[in-house]
Amino acid sequence: MSPLALTAFTATSAIGRGLAATHDTLRAQRTGLAPCGFETVALDTCVGEVPGVDAQALPASLREFECRNNRLAWLALAQDGFAEAVQQSAARHGSHRIGIFLGTSTSGILETELAYRERDPASGALPQGFRYRGAHNTFSLGAFTRRALGLTGPAVVTSSACSSSAKAFASAQRAIEADVIDAALVGGVDSLCLTTLYGFHSLQLVSRTPCRPFDVARDGLSIGEAAAFALLERPAASLAADAVLLLGTGESSDAYHMSSPPPDGRGARAAMLLALASAALSAQDIDYINFHGTGTANNDAAEGRAVAGVLGSEIPGSSTKGATGHTLGAAGALEAVICALALKHALMPAGVNTTQVDPDLPVRYLRENRRGPLQRVMSNSFGFGGSNCSLIFGRAG
Amino acid sequence: MTPLAAWVDGIGVLGPGMADWPAAARVLTGEAPWQRAPTQLPVPQSLPSTERRRTGIPVRLTLAVGLEATARAGADPGTFATVFTSSGGDGQNCHEICQALATTERQLSPTRFHNSVHNAAAGYWGIATGATAASNALCAYDASFAAGLLEALIQLAVERTAVLLIAYDASYPEPLRGVRPIPDAFGVALVLAPARGAASLAHVTAAWSDAPADDMADAALEALRGSVPAARSLPLLAQLARRAPGRVAIEYLDGPRLALEVSPCR
Repeated sequence: MSPLALTAFTATSAIGRGLAATHDTLRAQRTGLAPCGFETVALDTCVGEVPGVDAQALPASLREFECRNNRLAWLALAQDGFAEAVQQSAARHGSHRIGIFLGTSTSGILETELAYRERDPASGALPQGFRYRGAHNTFSLGAFTRRALGLTGPAVVTSSACSSSAKAFASAQRAIEADVIDAALVGGVDSLCLTTLYGFHSLQLVSRTPCRPFDVARDGLSIGEAAAFALLERPAASLAADAVLLLGTGESSDAYHMSSPPPDGRGARAAMLLALASAALSAQDIDYINFHGTGTANNDAAEGRAVAGVLGSEIPGSSTKGATGHTLGAAGALEAVICALALKHALMPAGVNTTQVDPDLPVRYLRENRRGPLQRVMSNSFGFGGSNCSLIFGRAG
Repeated sequence: MTPLAAWVDGIGVLGPGMADWPAAARVLTGEAPWQRAPTQLPVPQSLPSTERRRTGIPVRLTLAVGLEATARAGADPGTFATVFTSSGGDGQNCHEICQALATTERQLSPTRFHNSVHNAAAGYWGIATGATAASNALCAYDASFAAGLLEALIQLAVERTAVLLIAYDASYPEPLRGVRPIPDAFGVALVLAPARGAASLAHVTAAWSDAPADDMADAALEALRGSVPAARSLPLLAQLARRAPGRVAIEYLDGPRLALEVSPCR
């Protein structure tokens, strides 16, 4: 593929609103995970909640999109001058030439969960004012973002569970390469809801403690929420040395099981190899890997094997989910932004919470931040249904 | 925009009163009257029995149309990259989860949860056919069909590989049916190829158009088109069924329509 520039990017998660706060938390090796006090949830677990999401309502013109997921999107779009950067891009290219490619797994389902508690006892109807299109529907996030930023080009939401927003980068890249658009607003937004908290609990995949990816005693994931966005454009003729580029994308399917990967990680392996091929790079060119690393026994084992098989066992890597929690459909975009920060600041972020790396996982897992120039990094995202996506990012100089 | 083009090598359809593509084609050309009857969903023999009993309507629907389209194309279903697109995924499963979460126990079954993802049908497709290539799962509300077709055509143009597009929607039960009234399940699959082959039925080229979206002359079919997002494909299917050259505009978002220039092969 032809490289694309991330001309603007931002992220809001439990480790911070915007890039500066996110970078500070990564530098300080802190976690954003804390005991779950979300809504009426009575589970003994930790979550990565973004404070203040519901504190500010959406503007009146966007009220039909009110839900926690879109409020989180709105909060994040306002950070780092991101919305302004998109509008400047729209002024350059035309608003119809900017595509929207966003990922979410649960969109505004929380609104429906709450509405089901208030069904009419006689008719069973949902409460008056319940909005399916603006809140519940998977495309709500795409329609909201399009309206909020006044864009008129193509828009779609990818919803392939935990690979959603990584795959949004791949779809966006192709649309630019096909000249359907000149720029793409890509990203992912997923917010806390009961479906995922109780659902992962039913699968016995949730840890009681803040998750410890790749730890010998890892015992499950911690759920988080996040909104992360990037603006993808064809690179200018001359770029600053610290400009970040999308260099490669790779997608595959496990064709194995709905909620667990094949133990040999062959689907993950295929996605990574395809990403390398798409970037015309070899394994030696990758300096750091941001693991999918959810903290469940099987996922980390399969990924560890796959990564060692493709990139070798000396590749430094970490999962930042110990800090942010697993932000599900937003994880691909959030970790893309973390990779962009890593490249800009020459920082390989530690996998926090992990105290003893599983000796059976053949990887060089970073338990402490490491400084050092980074040229190219890979980020993995894998989801239910066996949906895999690997992305490669690099510095311009 | 660079013209996006593909050869249509196989079609699968399943919907109310449409048992397969030939039956749908007869209705769409006016050769046979549309006898509206609930969509008949086959039990998916291609899945292992343990998986089979866990499947909801979308899985049965997408397996049926996907296998029909690939069989008509004379191709191994496991060889395609896929684009799945749906407005609502599995509405029954979503209802069951919301209902369970509204009780004090909040007991979810693990199967219900993993079936709740929007890409559940894509996941089962992989398990059933062994397809390991890229698979997308998209949503654009009422524009989901055009959005999926656009993604498939872009993928084909850039990667130069065949793509299987599967668009589907199914009804919600009450109370969600009251706020999102999709009357019945409808699915369509198109095998889209970068080069003409022995099975090629037609060539399609896509472009943006300011022309209004085409509708169906028959009022009942027009009601189906307007009420099921995946059935927004009906004008394109009708053009393909007529085996005559023509141009159709498909409903997309609030901007231009996606227009398709259709040239039949035979």
